Parts: sequence; structure tokens; C-alpha cells
Amino acid sequence: MDSTRSFRFFNRGPSPAARLVFFALLSLLLLFVDARYKYLESTRRVLSIVVQPLQRMTTMPGVVWQEVSGYFATQSNLIRDNAALNQQHHMDAAQLLQLQILQAENAQLRKLLEVEQRSSYPMQMAEIVYIERDIFRRKVFVNKGSNSNILAGQVVMDDTGIVGQVTRVFPWLSEVTLITDKDHAVPVQVLRTGLRAVVFGSGDISNLALRYMPISSDILPGDVLVTSGLDGTYPPGLPVAKVGKIERDAAYPFARIACTPIAGVDQQRQLLIVSGLPKLPDLPAEADSQTLEKSRKSKRRMP
Amino acid sequence: MSAHFPKDQEFMLPVTGTFISLSLLVALLLNWLPLHGLWLALRPDFVALVLLYWCTHKPHRVGIGIAWAVGIFSDVADATLFGQHAIAYTVLAFGGIMLHRRVQMFDVREQSMQVFPLLLISYGVYVAVHWQMHNFVAWEYFLGSLTSALLWVPMTALLQTLRRPRSNPNEL
Repeated sequence: MDSTRSFRFFNRGPSPAARLVFFALLSLLLLFVDARYKYLESTRRVLSIVVQPLQRMTTMPGVVWQEVSGYFATQSNLIRDNAALNQQHHMDAAQLLQLQILQAENAQLRKLLEVEQRSSYPMQMAEIVYIERDIFRRKVFVNKGSNSNILAGQVVMDDTGIVGQVTRVFPWLSEVTLITDKDHAVPVQVLRTGLRAVVFGSGDISNLALRYMPISSDILPGDVLVTSGLDGTYPPGLPVAKVGKIERDAAYPFARIACTPIAGVDQQRQLLIVSGLPKLPDLPAEADSQTLEKSRKSKRRMP
Repeated sequence: MSAHFPKDQEFMLPVTGTFISLSLLVALLLNWLPLHGLWLALRPDFVALVLLYWCTHKPHRVGIGIAWAVGIFSDVADATLFGQHAIAYTVLAFGGIMLHRRVQMFDVREQSMQVFPLLLISYGVYVAVHWQMHNFVAWEYFLGSLTSALLWVPMTALLQTLRRPRSNPNEL
């Protein structure tokens, strides 16, 4: 042993500062790899098998409370609800009859025009198990995962409109990014005029923003925005949002348009996951890039 | 006279590994309670508090490595990027270990004033990582560091009570 070093009675390994540097660098490396390359999804899945049962446990008090309060629902409540639901059912049934006739007519017309048929989509019911505890994001977890053939990218809606999109799938659970999430965008069109646009989440609970719309664009408060289906993720024609306030300030190139989501994005407990959307034909991207390169090369040769 | 003594000079039962891991587990479960909205912003970070308690009271048992591992579990549970909680808890544990003698000088209420800056720095690290990745900061997130510091007194009292021997050692 080196005699110049002070004698240490207890060996306690590296100093706290060395440990801090080591673990901080390890975290930064993980952050970088996770954010850039998404290599760690399988590790996350394995660890989630340990973590998820514990997480389920924390939701138990809420579930028990709901079941108990459901058990003690008063009879008058039940009768009232039943009457309301019956009425709703009759109204819906009448509308459904009309819808069937319209669907048949639409199919007939589409066949006459030789346009591709619009199919109806199979749906799965899923229940929200818990909501994201990260204040920065709008995400929920539902109780269907890869064991019920849920895939990332599938659309999640409720009975009134689009709620979000499945972004990550675990064995018994999947993560749904809501349309109000800051990083989420939905391609839409205005129902009244057919104008195409993209609606962005604002990170706020009940706000969406329609960005990059010129000041002169034909949008009025109260307009309904439906999905345009142009991204191949969302099926066309589902309601997304209603236009609220419009600010047209000539100092800015774009109008500021605030919208509110139509679906109860943060109210529902049961959600529908739409599966089996028709695949859009692939973009002819390769050919394009090749021709671009060729044209670039030819330009380079010119001088 | 006895009121002058720092809390830690009291006679305490030896801390078992089971007790430490159980306290961390309970803290994790409390952190995973399904809260949202303002309640989520006001929710104290129980895991950070318990980690800080052990880092200041038993710095040779619970250190930066354990804090990092707990952070990774939090990252999986919260579906945040790998390392986001881990780096925040690493910094927190380092602060706790560096200041553990200083913190033990004070009585419990004064300790919460010492602990608050450490929590604030750890919250700041978390927010900085998030800002770097998403260019977006929710300022109300920092409210949690305040409630965490306020919770320091009851939480320390609870853990100290659990560590105290059941019967009075002075009476024979």
C-alpha cells in the first residue's frame, strides 16, 4: 500500500462525487439513446411487467370506491337513467334506420362511380386504467394491450369523436396519446367547406389550436373539423373539434384559431380502439428522391 | 436539555434493509396514485422525500446508486424517457449525502428549510431534461417541490417513530 496516502479505516468505495458523475453520465446516455434511437423499448417492456401490477394496486382504492358507490346507487337514479337511455335508444334506432338506407345508397353510388368502397372498422372497447402522472403530457393508459392485438398507431375514439392514438403497447396495457397532447397533430378538414388543415394539441386539457391557416381562410366560429384521413392513421370523416375563437391580426401571417375537442377527451372512462384500417398505397418516395438526385446531378454537370 | 440534541442522537433500532426497501416501495405506490390536474401539480414527490431521508440519515446504506435505480423504476412507471427521473434522483441523493451532517445539526422544522433547495434543484434537473427534449415547461410543476418540503416534517416524524424501540430502554 502507498504509505503517502492517508490511512482509511473503512473502505467505502468511490467518493460521492465520482458516483454522481458516473450515474449522471449513465442517465444522460440512457436519455440520449432513448430519445434518439428508441432501442430501449424491450427493456421498458420487461421492467413494466414488474411495475404494472404495483401500479394497478394503487388504483384499487378508486376502483373499490366506484364499485361500492355503484352498488348503493339509488333506485330512483336507476329508473331515471333507464328512462333516459330508453328514449335515447329509440331516437338512435330511428336514425340508424336512416343510416342503413344511406349506407346502402352510398355503396350503390360508389359502385356506380367506381370509387373504392369505404369499409366499416372493427372496434374494441377498452377502459382507462390510469392517467399519466406526468404534468407535462396528456396521456392515458387503457386495459387492452398486445394480448388483444392492439398495435401502436391505432385510433382511439369515444361515442362522439376522436380521443387520441395508441402510441405504445405493453402486454396487458397500452398508452394512448390524447389529441390535446402538446406533441400531437391530427390532419382535419372543415366540414362546411372541405378546407384541409392540421389541428395541434396545446398541452391544455380542453384546447386545440389550428395553426398555419392564412388570415383570409374561410373559417367561422362553430365550424366542425373532421378527420381528413390523409395521413393514413385516422379514418376520414370522424369529428375532432369545434372552432371556438378566431383572431385575425394583420400583423401576423396566420390567423390564431382556438378549438375545443368534440369528444370528452378527459371525461370518458370507456374508449373504443379502432383496428383494421385500410392501408393507403405507399408514397412513391423512392422514385421521387432518385429523380431529384438525377436532376441535381444534371444541374451540377451544367456549369 | 434533551430538546437541544439533534434527533439522530436518540436511541434508534438498527435499520434493516427490509425496512428501507418497504419505505421506498410505499413511497413509490403513493407517487403512483392516479391524480391529475392541479392535484398532480401539488402532489409531493414521496419517493424523493424518502430517498432524501435515508441519504441524510443513513448515507452509507442508501446512496446514489439506489437513488438511480429507483429513478429508473419511476421512469418505467411514468413512461418518461429512460434516465429522466434517474438523473434527478441522482442529483438529489448527491446533495443529501454532501449535506447530511449539516442537515442533522438542525431540528426537524429547520431541516425542511435545508431540504427545500435540494428538492428544488432536483425538480429543476427534471424540468431541464424535459425542456431539452420537448421545448416546453409547465411552471406549476415546481409547486410540488414546495409541498414536498412541507411534508418533510410529518414524514421524518413518522419514520423516526417507526425506528424507535417499542419499549422504553431507560426503564428496567
